[in-house]
Amino acid sequence: MPKININGKEIEFEPGMTILQACEIAGAEIPRFCYHERLSIAGNCRMCLVEMDKSRKPIASCAMPAAEGMNIKTNTEMVEKARKGVMEFLLANHPLDCPVCDQGGECDLQDQSLYYGVDKSRFSENKRFVSEKYMGPLIKTQMTRCIHCTRCVRFATEVAGVPEIGAIGRGENMEITTYLEKSMESELSGNVIDLCPVGALTSKPYAFSARPWELKKTESIDVLDAVGSNIRVDTYGWEVKRILPRLNEEINEEWISDKTRYSCDGLLKQRLDTPYIKKNNKLIKSSWDEALDVITKKLNETENSLIAGHIGDLVSLETTLAFKKFFELLGSKNLEFREKKFYINSEDKMNYLFNSSINGIEKSDLILLVGSNPRHEATILNARIRKAFRNNKTPIFSVGNPGDQTYEYKIIGDNTQTIKDIIEDKHEFNRIFNTAKKPLIIIGESALELNSGGFIFEELKNFLYQKKLISEKWNALNILIQNASTVGALDFKIQNKDKNNFEFFDNIKNNKFKLLYLLNSDNLKFEKNDEFIIYQGSHGDRGAEIADVVLPSAAYTEENGLYQNLEGRVQECRKASYPAGEALESWKVLNQLTNVYKNRNLFDSFNTLRNEALEKIVNFESLNKLPKFKEPSKKINNNFENENVNINPIDYYFSNSISRASKVMSECRDIKLKYQKSGTNN
Amino acid sequence: MSVKKVNSEQPKNFEFNEKFKSIAEEILKKYPKKNKKSAVMPFLYLAQKQNNNWIPLAAIKYISKYLSMPYISVYEVATFYSMFNLSPVGKYFIQVCTTTPCLIRGADKIVKVCKKKISEKENQISKNGECSWTEVECLGACVNAPMMQINSDYYEDLDEKSTAKIIDSIFKDKILESGSYKGRKNTSPVDTKIINGSEHA
Repeated sequence: MPKININGKEIEFEPGMTILQACEIAGAEIPRFCYHERLSIAGNCRMCLVEMDKSRKPIASCAMPAAEGMNIKTNTEMVEKARKGVMEFLLANHPLDCPVCDQGGECDLQDQSLYYGVDKSRFSENKRFVSEKYMGPLIKTQMTRCIHCTRCVRFATEVAGVPEIGAIGRGENMEITTYLEKSMESELSGNVIDLCPVGALTSKPYAFSARPWELKKTESIDVLDAVGSNIRVDTYGWEVKRILPRLNEEINEEWISDKTRYSCDGLLKQRLDTPYIKKNNKLIKSSWDEALDVITKKLNETENSLIAGHIGDLVSLETTLAFKKFFELLGSKNLEFREKKFYINSEDKMNYLFNSSINGIEKSDLILLVGSNPRHEATILNARIRKAFRNNKTPIFSVGNPGDQTYEYKIIGDNTQTIKDIIEDKHEFNRIFNTAKKPLIIIGESALELNSGGFIFEELKNFLYQKKLISEKWNALNILIQNASTVGALDFKIQNKDKNNFEFFDNIKNNKFKLLYLLNSDNLKFEKNDEFIIYQGSHGDRGAEIADVVLPSAAYTEENGLYQNLEGRVQECRKASYPAGEALESWKVLNQLTNVYKNRNLFDSFNTLRNEALEKIVNFESLNKLPKFKEPSKKINNNFENENVNINPIDYYFSNSISRASKVMSECRDIKLKYQKSGTNN
Repeated sequence: MSVKKVNSEQPKNFEFNEKFKSIAEEILKKYPKKNKKSAVMPFLYLAQKQNNNWIPLAAIKYISKYLSMPYISVYEVATFYSMFNLSPVGKYFIQVCTTTPCLIRGADKIVKVCKKKISEKENQISKNGECSWTEVECLGACVNAPMMQINSDYYEDLDEKSTAKIIDSIFKDKILESGSYKGRKNTSPVDTKIINGSEHA
């Protein structure tokens, strides 16, 4: 490897690195505004100036490629003077309104002016003023503060794939704006707030609500989709003030979706803070004792086989296991976790995982989407597909039309016959597929919901296995699961093992159950008849509306819990706040109920429950790691039916009870619906 | 100068007419197919030419679709260059150079005349609707300072009197000829001396 001398220290660097990167290896910190590891190099802030031998002028280290034998100095008088000069120019037009700026305390400009700022300004002219720009309900702008680093512009074009932000005008009059001040049409738009090194782009919902040093920071994970993005939850007392991304190279890099970031105001609204009992068709506030008594009475009255339970989308591994144990205690097997009838074979763990792993997307050389819309089903994962498309020019194909995915793809068919042709090696696409070394097939829930969902899955798996594409080295089979609770529920064998495995849905449709226990479940669609419904959850949403007894429990930020993401990675979601009012942690509710019902505990402590849960996870390696590989079992034969592959639209901003309670999410949804209705693409 | 204002009244549609369309297609041929967005500047210029010397938003959209570019990118280019007008200008569009050499030679006096004769503010169309003026940066005719550009012609070596005369001729819709108003030929010296039989500065 080539060598470079930085501040008299000789270090090795990888060819292709910039001087700034080499300096980082050497431990010399370089101030910067425009440079960002994940974006293209702009080189326009000039803050990263360093001194290079044989160059009379200081050089911008972020844009200069490192070369063998260079002699770089980062701590000389010349460097400091140069940086001070740059800083003075940056501050010439910066308003210095830090006391009323939301970025205060976590501002790059503030921090760096501490080292390079001059205490007096020599700029006696008027500072420029730029009017506020509308960028949608999520981003608050104060463009006078902008220092034109263009990180937001590059993020929108490169990572988000929606080139809607740009710099208009020139020189001193340059302004950052969206085209004609429209809101940004991206599910990743919130990330520009983290990228902005000053207070020009800040969070609109969080505006003026707290200072960063007042907040308690808890490292946790997101459960609003199955990706399991790493987040940091900032709380002030009980309130979750904001949610920020946490770096995890294997999952979300440093981005999170807007739903993850902005649903947090839903945690303050529509909360169930006390048990409710339905009397005269009205939910009346009551006490825990009363509510548990009513349930116990009803449980004793009802025949075991007529009791059913449904696990919702946000339930942790521990609570899922506790719920299963509770139903074992009741002697009922009628448990379900799916919200729609989609085919799943829980025999092998690989049957319900994104086996290639999210990092694997970048290694892949061909991607085939089968009935899935990753942009809405797993936004962060889609950002990776876009990254692969941008960096490696990975060709992407789709069966079914998922709409705009922020990258180019080719639709090779829209019916199941296409898939059958591919399996039988008869399709044109096979020629391209056979040349790929690391192809990747992503099967969406919409494909598995089809009548021939079983056929598609089993035959595609068999097809890949025959081609030796399912092995420890490379596993091309990927299922795109949408809910955070699904993988865990499948591991715990919640699924009823009957032939078509849709027995639960048939029974609920035919009104066979007399008592239904909804565990945080709001998305199950069915007609309520004379069932007695118990709803346990955090929000007064669809489930609580139809319930006869409501048991309040904690939301995901208010209890500890393990979750398995769509890759099968077990991650810990940590308690950042405490449950609202009289609400209890979900597993405690089940323990209390068992206490009243059977006069004993369901389990001794949370720790025993967690240990048991960890033991039951299939192919478990360790926390935050991918599961072990096991050879697949025999395929199951299924019927084929030729039908259209329609991709079910997802109400992206309204997909779970927390987002539905969020005012910000409903604003985003309104704007999106308006945009769809008018049908114009201006 | 600040960011160019976009006119509040905008035509709904814009499309190149047949003549301009064929020119546009010719321009496209100059660039490789995958780089057709290189044609954005000549296209904007064409659109401006077709639409009375200003570019409506409809044209920006039309061009971005034509060249498969994001709207914002075309908009960026249109706002960057001062030669692209985003709101209507007069039939006679006067650009007065006020960069240092012209200013030293009295460009501020010419601006005063424009203010008095045409309109109080820049980019305001005169009462009779014939003419508008704006200050611009260097037009590259410093030798003949001060100067101004009317549509595509340069009027050089101006003073208050000659500027007033030119503007008056515009109002009569019979514009005077372009070139030096001190009787110079191109950039030849103002005072010529005859030394040893030949002309010298």
